[in-house]
Amino acid sequence: MAHRLCVLCETSKAIVKRPKTGQQICKECFFNVFETEVHNTISQASLFKPGDRVAIGASGGKDSTVLAYVMKTLNDRYNYGLNLFLLSIDEGITGYRDDSLETVKRNQEQYDMPLKILSYDELYGWTMDSIVQQIGKKNNCTFCGVFRRQALDRGAAMLNVDHIVTGHNADDIAETVLMNIMRGDIARLGRCTMICTQGEDTIKRSKPFKYAYEKEIVMYAYFKKLDYFSTECIYSPEAYRGHARAFLKDLEAARPSAIIDIIHSGEAFEIKEDIKATQKVQQTCKRCGYMSSNELCKACTLLEGLERGMANAGITDRARKKMDAEGPTPQNIRTIPFFQTSTRPGSPQPNNVENPQVTS
Amino acid sequence: MSISLKIEFGGGLELLFSNQRSHKISIPSEVTSKDGTTKPVDLSYLIFWLRDNLLKEREALFIENGTVRPGILVLVNDADWELEGEGDYVLKDGDEIVFISTLHGG
Ligand SMILES: [Zn+2]
Ligand SMILES: [Zn+2]
Repeated sequence: MAHRLCVLCETSKAIVKRPKTGQQICKECFFNVFETEVHNTISQASLFKPGDRVAIGASGGKDSTVLAYVMKTLNDRYNYGLNLFLLSIDEGITGYRDDSLETVKRNQEQYDMPLKILSYDELYGWTMDSIVQQIGKKNNCTFCGVFRRQALDRGAAMLNVDHIVTGHNADDIAETVLMNIMRGDIARLGRCTMICTQGEDTIKRSKPFKYAYEKEIVMYAYFKKLDYFSTECIYSPEAYRGHARAFLKDLEAARPSAIIDIIHSGEAFEIKEDIKATQKVQQTCKRCGYMSSNELCKACTLLEGLERGMANAGITDRARKKMDAEGPTPQNIRTIPFFQTSTRPGSPQPNNVENPQVTS
Repeated sequence: MSISLKIEFGGGLELLFSNQRSHKISIPSEVTSKDGTTKPVDLSYLIFWLRDNLLKEREALFIENGTVRPGILVLVNDADWELEGEGDYVLKDGDEIVFISTLHGG
């Protein structure tokens, strides 16, 4: 088969077929269009302003590794004027997270960015290893997800950043749209496609790779020879998400634009007022100061259940009532240190309908 | 007659292949199909050859419906196999074929 030329520069050999457009392009043009599209995503949404302190949520995996590299490249090329940091959460999973953190530490040197690692052990007094030892492999992803979200916000507050960017890509977002449709969660449907979310008081969270296909992220890492870690979490079967992902990949194989089409469908769902009204008004957790839709935030409830040996208390209402019936919270259990953001510590958030458990 | 190929696995796919990223293999340059005709060896044949000779576990994570599972990228001499005819690509001596899973954590 004769080698085709790049349709953009018409001089070099094409090496990638873009899933979004079907264009066949060369390596240099691929780097260029990939980076430019991320820059356009960032500038069209006005994600940053000069002087912003931005933490890149870094897991050592492909998406966040490419994100760190591209953020650094664009910050230099377009003079964003950002102070970039790497923020990693150590869930305490032997043989998984300890290895991926080594990758992040190498990234810190390669990209010359300060790195903050915050561990579950430090914040909650429990590692995922010890949680799984107590509760087994059922529901452990619930603990991990709730704990990670709060740990990211707290790590960001420690770094005194304005903004966290995460490596969620177009495939991830399309998958979350599908999952929200499958479980009838219309309120989250529009929200999960938002490029930037922010509560009144909390740090902004953005997804600069919202429109970047996973295939292109992996190709980019491959051709740039970026160093990333790729092993599945040993505790995470995540069967439901796995089915959604497999289904999405089948759709993509039949028609590559499916991913972007699904994101656009999600964006087209507007939350009607009466649905919005059923979402709980946000308040601040009375125990730890983190944003919450109840008196106690989800992390504090989960932690209390762990500490009292009733781990399901944070999972089901029934188990929660059972724990409450066992008596008041003992004084001597471990709690999460009180949360204070750098801007407006502990102030209530009456207008905030942000849901802290948005999955994506 | 046989041809030599360099095979690379990445993105976590190496875990299915003895946790070894790089493999040097030798396969016949022609294969005989059921009707007795011979044809030069192509990438589709290679995928099944890898399954039968190198794959150590969880076949379903590598092959689905007669080709690599959706979400696995294939490169032929550092070019996207979608530009090279995918499974119909006729292998040459010295080719380098890379398989990368995109399905592992972000
Ligand atoms: Zn070009
Ligand atoms: Zn709390």
